Amino acid sequence: MSAAYPKAMRADLQLIADMIEPGSRVLDVGCADGALLDYLVNEKGVDGRGIELGADGVNACVSAGLSVIQGDAETDLFDYPDHAFDYVVLSQTLQAMRAPKSTLEQLLRVGRHAIVSLPNFAHWRLRWHLVVSGRMPVNPTLPYEWYETPNIHLCTIRDFVILCRKMRVTIERSISLDRNGVPRRFGRSLYMVNLFGEQAVFLLRT
Amino acid sequence: MILPKGLVSAGDPIDFVLPGHRVFLGCDRPLKLDCGVELSEFPVAYQAYGRLNKDGSNAILVCHALTGDQFMAESHPLTHKEGWWDLMVGPGKPLDTMHYFVLCVNVLGGCMGSAGPSEINPETGEAWGLSFPVITIADMVRAQAMLLDHLGIEKLFAVIGGSMGGMQVLEWAASFPQRVFAAVPIAAAAHHTAQNIAFHEVGRQAIMADPDWCGGEYWRYGKRPHRGLAVARMAAHITYLSEPKLHEKFGRRLQDREGLTYGFDADFQVESYLRHQGISFVERFDANSYLYITRAMDYFDMAARYGGGLANAFVDTPIRFCVISFTSDWLYPTVESRRIVHALNAVAANVSFAEIVSNGGHDAFLLDEPKFHRVLTGFLGGAAQHRGLPKTPTG
Repeated sequence: MSAAYPKAMRADLQLIADMIEPGSRVLDVGCADGALLDYLVNEKGVDGRGIELGADGVNACVSAGLSVIQGDAETDLFDYPDHAFDYVVLSQTLQAMRAPKSTLEQLLRVGRHAIVSLPNFAHWRLRWHLVVSGRMPVNPTLPYEWYETPNIHLCTIRDFVILCRKMRVTIERSISLDRNGVPRRFGRSLYMVNLFGEQAVFLLRT
Repeated sequence: MILPKGLVSAGDPIDFVLPGHRVFLGCDRPLKLDCGVELSEFPVAYQAYGRLNKDGSNAILVCHALTGDQFMAESHPLTHKEGWWDLMVGPGKPLDTMHYFVLCVNVLGGCMGSAGPSEINPETGEAWGLSFPVITIADMVRAQAMLLDHLGIEKLFAVIGGSMGGMQVLEWAASFPQRVFAAVPIAAAAHHTAQNIAFHEVGRQAIMADPDWCGGEYWRYGKRPHRGLAVARMAAHITYLSEPKLHEKFGRRLQDREGLTYGFDADFQVESYLRHQGISFVERFDANSYLYITRAMDYFDMAARYGGGLANAFVDTPIRFCVISFTSDWLYPTVESRRIVHALNAVAANVSFAEIVSNGGHDAFLLDEPKFHRVLTGFLGGAAQHRGLPKTPTG
């Protein structure tokens, strides 16, 4: 693990980092300020690249010496050759894509593995909030009001598992995170994970 | 070295000595140009800043733009204005001369000491004029590579350039991938568009329409096509700016007058500014060089040379790229940089790409743009780390 690393990373990013073999080739899609990439490059000797839509994020990354391009994953992923990377990472972004399914296909074409993390819309707090107040939930994982949220394709852990099955994508590892960022492996019961996991991280391959 | 003939008119003192370095290359093996002509024993003028380290691994080549020259970080010997990249090159600046050995070479076809139409053709003993062979961006780069051979620099740490300099960077990356560690094309394009060619043609026609051009042999008659070259510069200068920048700088403000004069004087500040740009340009630039260099840019089309696919130029490239564009650049707009990035992604090259928000237009790469400078500094720092360059200053 990474106790020695000076900057504390988001819990899901740490889980993702732990899934990646040292020295591999990684593309981080939607790499934001480059926290994960920076860790992977400097702590795991990864050949890391990133794509980020926001100019501020790109400037921060490149200014920090990271190889990041300003671009839109939904169009730019098509440029890369097949299996150009060992891992393609998409953290907390799939739900903001216009076409999540085709994005997922691209991730698995460009990478030998894809690592996807997403918020779970079936978490019991969200269900409870919706039932009791009758309003779209706003919480630390989903901090936006419905009218300004970039999350246009929210799904549940169960939805995502079903999509993978439909696309014949193998889920090699799956871990859920509770409210405090404590990770739990998916046990027997998808029902329980879907109820208590606030977000989930999947290691996928075709 | 005395001032090239094209910049000397009758009555000018001709004992002006050009500072910097100048060597004659192609003495053993001539430079074979794309047009088929071979150049032997031709001069190349360059300027260097900082110190080359022991293993020669800290050299940066900066490629200058159409009207630039090798005097990028010092007072210009003719105009006495500060160097065109004074902001960028020097101790503590993004191209830190405490760490890097920074070279800038006057391009082939130029008029500041390298072989060009205003230099002497050794075979005839007179200026080349229009008998100078038409050169290409690739020819410029080959001449630079010969200079590096001469200097004993096997591999550049980085090759960096804006505008036409960026074209040379791309050419370096495609032609000499093993001699470049990092490449930074800024505000550049991998080909000249119809619009780019069109603007250049306006400039060339303005020069050739000036009676003082004398069919390209103006020096024979002690003349220089000042007016034509100034108009060419004025038209080109507009393409280097942006509408917001022009609006911010001049708007419709009048030049030292209360109201319109109902004549064709420079009523508006923008007119006065352009006239000044034109006039000051002709002091330091040769009209025939302008024809040759704009032609080289028009001929530039990397994809065409690589079977129609730009990506073919970069297959298996080991180079770390950083492509930079500016939002308000309409001469080489971001879409052109993106084309380069797409080609590099198609071969899974190591590439960074940042579009810098600026209203400086194409010339933003010459301006004080802190975000741009941060990006370039950071990219070079990351590359230096990968290259294993020491963090302590050289020398």
